[in-house]
Amino acid sequence: MTATQFVFLLTGAVTLGAALLVVLSPRLVHAALWLILSLAGTAVLFVLLEASFLAVVQVAIYIDAIAILIIIVIMLTRRVMIRGEAQITRNWWLGAISALIFLGGLLVLLNMMPITAIDTPPTIADTNQLLEDLGRSLVDVDRFILPFEVASILLLAALIGSIMIAWPLSTRAEGEGDQ
Amino acid sequence: MDQILGDPFGWFNQLLRSLLEGWGLSPGFTSFVLNLLGAFVMGLGVLLLTLLLIWAERKIVARIQDRLGPNRVGPFGILQTVADLVKLVTKELIVPVGADLGPYNLAPLLAVMSVVGLWAVVPLAPRLLGADINVGVLYVVSIGAISTLSILLAGISSNNKYAILGAFRTVAQMVSYAVPLVLALIVPTLLAGSMGMVEIVEEQRSIWFLVIAPVAALIFFISSIAEVGRAPFDLLEAESELVAGFHIEYSGLRFGMFFVAEFLHAFTISALTATLFLGGWQGPGAAEYPLLGLFYFGIKTALVYFVVIWIRGSFPRIRIDQMNQLNWKLITPLALVSLMVTAVVEKLVVDMGLIRIGVHLGANLLLLAITLWALRAYARAVRRRVEDPMGSQT
Repeated sequence: MTATQFVFLLTGAVTLGAALLVVLSPRLVHAALWLILSLAGTAVLFVLLEASFLAVVQVAIYIDAIAILIIIVIMLTRRVMIRGEAQITRNWWLGAISALIFLGGLLVLLNMMPITAIDTPPTIADTNQLLEDLGRSLVDVDRFILPFEVASILLLAALIGSIMIAWPLSTRAEGEGDQ
Repeated sequence: MDQILGDPFGWFNQLLRSLLEGWGLSPGFTSFVLNLLGAFVMGLGVLLLTLLLIWAERKIVARIQDRLGPNRVGPFGILQTVADLVKLVTKELIVPVGADLGPYNLAPLLAVMSVVGLWAVVPLAPRLLGADINVGVLYVVSIGAISTLSILLAGISSNNKYAILGAFRTVAQMVSYAVPLVLALIVPTLLAGSMGMVEIVEEQRSIWFLVIAPVAALIFFISSIAEVGRAPFDLLEAESELVAGFHIEYSGLRFGMFFVAEFLHAFTISALTATLFLGGWQGPGAAEYPLLGLFYFGIKTALVYFVVIWIRGSFPRIRIDQMNQLNWKLITPLALVSLMVTAVVEKLVVDMGLIRIGVHLGANLLLLAITLWALRAYARAVRRRVEDPMGSQT
């Protein structure tokens, strides 16, 4: 077993374990923390595949923005610190059966895929070139500029919406109240 | 001797490697052990440097405030930090009732980890750095924002309303100032053509990026001071308002870790400013003799750190609404405009050399002049409104 395989197995185990604990944790804050660990495990997997940009973007977007947002939202709900009810409901067998069917379907699909060499991940020749290609593809007329612009409009709409929601119910002639 | 001076770090690496392989280890395992050793030495060195940094800060702030600073323990009070550390270590670790033990213990670790992890990508000398990744700038942003997470965890898990208030304020400040930080970080990326820190330092061979983009350097500097939570943005530790902010319930060495993380973070952003805008290890003769490059890097970082301490000793604390206004009304638009100006000038001026530098500098100074004029007009309007509240209201 090479070092890469060992690290991959360890990371995979940690990611899967953390993902399981997200669902099983009785406290919401703990569930959010296990989610962060799972996302960090995914970032390590990206590093193993030599996709450095994706790994760093994964940490920057998921852990530093989305996870913090999740924790803040959890804090804004009441009764957060109290241990919740039992995490296993009455119809757990239904969930178990559907999960097993899903797993079976995935295994069948993966068996049908042609896999030639499974030893090492394909080494990417020039990551700088890939990064530049990614940047160019986002603004290329033939490629991804339309989704890029639509995403920016969506973000702008979300920003304006949040400002509108957070705007204080203003009273007249109060001045700006700043400084 | 010439080879040692020309490439001291490579020579040392070769020495250790031949030693370990002579003991019978396989080459792959030797690489692993050497990498581990390098990471350990870097982390340890940076943390031990904090002792000196805290002493320097206390002395300089004391002199600005017309007093002496620590001068009893050891010559010039150098061992004062050691004494404080011993005190912190021997204090009782009090855990509040009802605190969530997982995040409570994890938060100081994350705070220190995020700061020490930043040192992995800073190029200290021509061939001396932790990891040469080609997305170094983005790595700085992402790892630096883990400290935001740690503060949030610390505040939430402390079972204390003041801690939660302090944590939310802190997170609001850090998330707000991350926006102009990233925008200002794009400018050296643009000028160097790559996100890797090594390439950014190499591109400053002829001229520092501070000369080409002073507005971006200033915005980066101010935003990083706000990100760290140093004065004048230290409303997180405003004793008169929040007792102690998010780390009220931390005592002993856990508080010590937050303490160390804050001071080290201030030094780390000085190192980043020196790397991105002041040319890192560049200097006369640094390319041939890497030790000279290390020396230049140290001097530049110390200079920026001195400015950070100077700012701490000079300005009053900013209120939270002033901080928000400053960020969203001034610094973020300025960062956006500076980025656009730099991009446009970089594309329009095809000449390399003095003309390009002159046009960049001129555009930036024009931007600064317009900003100052706009600020003055705004201040005049506010002053007029304060003096005449009823007259001009329509």
